[in-house]
Amino acid sequence: MLKYKRLALLSILTFAMFTLIFSINVAQDSSHNQLPQTETVSVDEHAHGDAATTADHSESGAGEGHAAEKLNAGKIIMEHVADAHGWHLWGHTEIPLPIILYSSDRGMAMFSSARFEHGHKTYNGYMLQGQKVVAVNEMGEMDAHHATVNDAVTANIFDISITKNVASIFICCGLMLLIFTNIASAYTRKRKGLAPTGLQNAMEPIIMFVRDDLIKPSIGHKYEKYLPYLLTVFFFIWIANLMGLIPVFPFGANLTGSISIALTLAVFTFVIVTVNANKNYWEHVFMMPGVPKGVLVLLTPIEILGVFLRPFVLMIRLFANITAGHIIALAFFSLIFIFGQNGMGVGLAVSPLTLVFTVFMTVLELLVAFLQAYVFTMLSAVYIGAAIEEHHH
Amino acid sequence: MELVKPEFGLIFWMSISFLIVVFLMRKFAWGPILSSLKERETSISDALNAAKKAKEEVANMTAENERILQEARNERDVLLREARETKDQIINESRAKAQVEGDRLITLAREAITNEKMAAITDLKNQVAYLSIEIAEKMIRQKLSNDEQQKALVQEMLKDVKMN
Repeated sequence: MLKYKRLALLSILTFAMFTLIFSINVAQDSSHNQLPQTETVSVDEHAHGDAATTADHSESGAGEGHAAEKLNAGKIIMEHVADAHGWHLWGHTEIPLPIILYSSDRGMAMFSSARFEHGHKTYNGYMLQGQKVVAVNEMGEMDAHHATVNDAVTANIFDISITKNVASIFICCGLMLLIFTNIASAYTRKRKGLAPTGLQNAMEPIIMFVRDDLIKPSIGHKYEKYLPYLLTVFFFIWIANLMGLIPVFPFGANLTGSISIALTLAVFTFVIVTVNANKNYWEHVFMMPGVPKGVLVLLTPIEILGVFLRPFVLMIRLFANITAGHIIALAFFSLIFIFGQNGMGVGLAVSPLTLVFTVFMTVLELLVAFLQAYVFTMLSAVYIGAAIEEHHH
Repeated sequence: MELVKPEFGLIFWMSISFLIVVFLMRKFAWGPILSSLKERETSISDALNAAKKAKEEVANMTAENERILQEARNERDVLLREARETKDQIINESRAKAQVEGDRLITLAREAITNEKMAAITDLKNQVAYLSIEIAEKMIRQKLSNDEQQKALVQEMLKDVKMN
């Protein structure tokens, strides 16, 4: 038994390292990638971030407000899809969110993102570069454009700010707790023994569906242990997806389309799978029974890769689906303004068509919102089911 | 590439919040909801089973009732037959008894009649004898006055005795 616990630990560590290396590679990629800023729809956000330090930093956060500038749909879309340190409401109005930093050189720092004045000012030795907090050499408050970035300190910053996505996590979690404790009390106190009504009635078939059609057939008779996690994952993803479709405050953050969120959820599933996996599962990974030794040399690396590939695919699927949906819906919507650059009339003329497209995409996204929650939960359940399955030879 | 770069802060908050939420949901939402659903399912299936059982019981009871009724009917028939037999037997017995009693009575009567008749005959004989003696006395008183006559009478009497 102990042997398999150790194997489980090893797998988790390997996956953690894998993720770390992956993120470091990406980070290096982005810092070396000095793309020239393009006017097309597919714009690299970071390229803009580099350019921002020099000249056009002013439009950060409210690009569409500047009529004089040439419209950059790609930038607008990426700004909507990406995380931010302030919650943009309309025009130049945004709710500043708390910035929490820990740096081994400078210790804890906590202040409002309003201090940065949309990246125009430095504060407490930090400034905003795009949406990234970087350390500067100058400690006081000064114009950000004259500040010099301190790369050594920046590398050691742990940014645990309450960003738009973090706030959205809290809202989503709060909403979930509110909805489901309310329903729970309907079951146990308010309407105990009575037929369900209202919210309880609306959620009950979904809970039953997830339990009976998704989790039970995938895991088998030991499913009850994993129900709380899988149900929470399902409703978290679903509610977060739906929140992402509502464009007004306090919703609209691209939460599940954030790779960090998808990664965290995938890692949770991976940990549960690995911790609960039985002898049989590891046997199938390392020494597939009934396979000749020669084939094992080929098969075992593939199987081991598969162990890590499964949560990775889980992450990519959720992230890519939701982000793509947001990008397409926003791109359709941006068409109005892209055409609008050629004159007010052209923009108005195109708007009905783009509106139809946008509505179509949003309706499609409603379906995708459910579908991705469904797929993530089902695949998690399938992986757990495969890990705890007892084979009777 | 900013889009596919995992952010430490987001992962940090997500992990903490999600773990707390899973814990809270498990304790305050899924626990009660799932147990209530299960309870309801079992109560429904129990109720259905109970209904099925009750239905079976009713069917059984009907069959039982039918059986009891049939038994009662059979018993009634048996009783009636027995009663009829008893009646016949009683009648026959009575008839036989009456016959015997009648015969006995008739015999007794006959005996009594015979006895009475014998008594009467005896009585009559005695009377006849008495009367004969009286007549004879009277006749003898009259006739004994004449020898001849006496002789004739004796002769006559002897003749009679012979005839007896």
